[in-house]
Amino acid sequence: MEETDVPKLKVGTDKLKKGFAQMQKGGVVMDVTNAKQACIAEDSGAVAVMALERVPADIRAQGGVARMADPSKILEIMDSVSIPVMAKARIGHFVEAQALEALGVDMIDESEVLTPADPFYHIDKHKFTIPFVCGCRNLGEAVRRIWEGAFMIRTKGEAGTGNIIEAVRHQRMVTSMIKKLQIINDDELEKLTEEYAESYRRTAEVLTGKKVADDIPVFEEYTYKEVKDGVRKILNDIKKTYHRLPVVNFAAGGIATPADAALMMQLGSDGVFVGSGIFKSNNPTERAKAIVEAVANFDKPDVIAEVSKNLGEAMAGIEIETIPKEQLLQERGW
Amino acid sequence: MVNGLTIGVIGIQGAVSEHLTSMRKILEETNNSGEVFIVRNKDDIKKIDALIFPGGESTIISRILFKSGLYSAISKRLKEDNLPIIGTCAGCVILASEMTDNKKDVKLLSAIDMNVKRNAFGRQKDSFEKYIDIKGFSKPYNAVFIRAPSIEKVWGNCEILAEIDNKIVMVKQEKILAVSFHPELTEDLRIHKYFLDIILENIS
Repeated sequence: MEETDVPKLKVGTDKLKKGFAQMQKGGVVMDVTNAKQACIAEDSGAVAVMALERVPADIRAQGGVARMADPSKILEIMDSVSIPVMAKARIGHFVEAQALEALGVDMIDESEVLTPADPFYHIDKHKFTIPFVCGCRNLGEAVRRIWEGAFMIRTKGEAGTGNIIEAVRHQRMVTSMIKKLQIINDDELEKLTEEYAESYRRTAEVLTGKKVADDIPVFEEYTYKEVKDGVRKILNDIKKTYHRLPVVNFAAGGIATPADAALMMQLGSDGVFVGSGIFKSNNPTERAKAIVEAVANFDKPDVIAEVSKNLGEAMAGIEIETIPKEQLLQERGW
Repeated sequence: MVNGLTIGVIGIQGAVSEHLTSMRKILEETNNSGEVFIVRNKDDIKKIDALIFPGGESTIISRILFKSGLYSAISKRLKEDNLPIIGTCAGCVILASEMTDNKKDVKLLSAIDMNVKRNAFGRQKDSFEKYIDIKGFSKPYNAVFIRAPSIEKVWGNCEILAEIDNKIVMVKQEKILAVSFHPELTEDLRIHKYFLDIILENIS
């Protein structure tokens, strides 16, 4: 206990980052594009808001490169509410992330909803004092993001569609792989470690044009061996200690109704992000409140039925099959 | 040693499972048998010996507390038999009698004679860990403050247990504890032990 002799103050620790994410559990994080929407979200019981320039449905419709929001917009939203404010940076765009940290947002979403900025690397999230949330489609992506320093994982789903099927797919992919992890032996776990670390090695080989050995750096200063050690440790922690993801796990991408939100909770999510689903519906306030209630009462069908009454029309949805593969947001990141 | 303690953790939002784990651990370590479970129905309030209010967002916790009928069930137990309660972070806010900002978005339980200020230490970038002195504890305690509230003012029977930089961060009023930081996020279980002692004294 020698630390107790030096009562110094510590900021930006892993415990504080993980703790922030833990405080969001059981909550609904809502996408907002201005102060007015942020206030509606807060009054409706959002646990946090995600400050954006355009909601995913509009990004999808308008096309073009989607970037970090205008800082003045983010500040306007931060000034208008007392709940936490999150904001999105492009995949790999560590300077957008640095700017968001300088603005003082509470959490950064390294998000596939924005246009990726780096074809090789996601952000080294350990370098930041504020926590990150990242999307995943399966356990491999989740483990890589956690190894890179994310303290919250969310399903990617398919943002801006109002269609829940992809979020369900991604949550089930993660859960079933965690179940499988419980019964595999050490050799199989080693194989899985190699498989999950593979993309770092391949990237380094593309960039250097030669075979990568264990002692070659493949992500920032970390060697391929260090990546594998890190991935193996996370897999072992999941297998032996947590029996679930070791960080908070939210659902995102396609949640449009209270029942959608409760479905994700019953499938094991710790909370939900609602993007276009609220402010693209024709009664945002009532829908926002209903989704909050549904998440808090996710296992009470009578409450879900009650809060789902007379909400007006949900956002118009999109069939995933009608989206050209190159326009699928979930394909971004690896 | 007491058999069959029943301790509820309000399971609306926030660090619920963390409190569950910490409280179960301390029961085990002290050889007390008992059940620690998540409370989400008002009827559960009738059967508990003590209640834990976890941290999270006070607005949402307060709203669901009220709508679900938990609020009035808890108020009733507070009046009738001094139910022991610990509230941490957002839970600390809900136990207060007054809030510094005048937003009407949180319905307070008025369980402790104190005025609280939300986000008193700033945003997440200002969140911190610090070893603090707590009255009655022989060694400093590593307190984890996450967008934490502070206790601005106390009166009546409210006793101050810890302060940092002139901000009050832990108080006790009879059988109720309010803590502005997160004892459920550390391995040090002394605050849960302190609360357990209050519970045991109450039922003996």
